[in-house]
Amino acid sequence: MSNTHIEAGTLVDARGLACPMPIVKTARAMKALEAGQVIKLIATDRGSVADVPAWAETTGNELVEWHQDNGAFVFYLRKGGAQRDG
Amino acid sequence: MIVGDSGEQNVGAVALNEGDGAAALSEADVRRIVRSELERAADPGGRTAAFIASKGTLDWAYPPLILATTAAASGMDASVFFTFYGLNIIHKDFERLLKVSPLGNPAMPMPVTMPNFVLGLPGMGPVATRMMRAKFAQKNVATIAELLESARDLDVHLIACQMTMDVFGYSADDFIEGVEFAGAAAFLAKARNAHVTLFV
Repeated sequence: MSNTHIEAGTLVDARGLACPMPIVKTARAMKALEAGQVIKLIATDRGSVADVPAWAETTGNELVEWHQDNGAFVFYLRKGGAQRDG
Repeated sequence: MIVGDSGEQNVGAVALNEGDGAAALSEADVRRIVRSELERAADPGGRTAAFIASKGTLDWAYPPLILATTAAASGMDASVFFTFYGLNIIHKDFERLLKVSPLGNPAMPMPVTMPNFVLGLPGMGPVATRMMRAKFAQKNVATIAELLESARDLDVHLIACQMTMDVFGYSADDFIEGVEFAGAAAFLAKARNAHVTLFV
C-alpha cells in the first residue's frame, strides 16, 4: 500500500542508527506532539520492521502506514489519545 | 470499515481521524484495543520493567541499557540495578573500565582462529576491546555513553547496589550523575510490581 499523501508534521530521520536508537528518537519526538499529530520516521535498521509496530502497540500510538523506499523503511505514526510515555 | 460516530471511537488509545479515511479499524481491532486498555488499567505491572546488570564487560553492558532505554521509550517505568561488576557501567571511568576479553569466550568472532594460550597473551584484551568498539561503530550501534545519556533523558532509574559499592571501595562520587543508591529490598519493591524483570 502506498499512501504517500499522509501529512506528517515531524520528521524523525533515524537512517544509519541501530537498535534501540530509532525507537528512542521516535519516542522523544512523540512526547512533544499532541494527540492526532503524525510523525514520519525513516529508518534503515531492519529490526525496525518488527520493532516499530510493537512499539506503537505498546504505547497506544497508531502505525498508519509503512513502506520500503530505496532500502529505507518509512513509517507514519499518529500519536494516540491516551499517550502513556512519561 | 471506518469507525465513525458509533461511539466505539472513545476507546482512548486510538486517535481516529474521520474524513481522511486513513484510520480503518475492524471490529476485532477495536475489541483488542479495548481489552488491552482494560488490562493495562487493571494491572500496572505491564508498565514496569526492572533489570539487574551484574556484568562489567563492554559486551554485557549493552543488553541492560538497550532494554531499559527501550522500555522507557515505550512508556514504561524502567530501572536498572547495577551490582557487582555491573557497577563498571555507571562508573565515571566506564570508558576505560568496560573491556572485552577473547579468553574463555569461544563464541567471540575472531578474524583467525586462535588457541587460548595465544588469547591469554598480554595485549590481546585491548586488541579485542578495540575490535569490538570498531565493529559497533561501523554498524552504527550507539556507544555506552550515548545509551547512558538516553537512559537519563528517558528517566530510567540507574541504581547502584550499595553493598557491592562498599565491598569494592566505591563512593557515591565515583559514579556518573543521576545514579541512585539502594539495596536488594529496593530492587524487590520495584520487581514485585514488574512483569518484566531480567538478570543480566
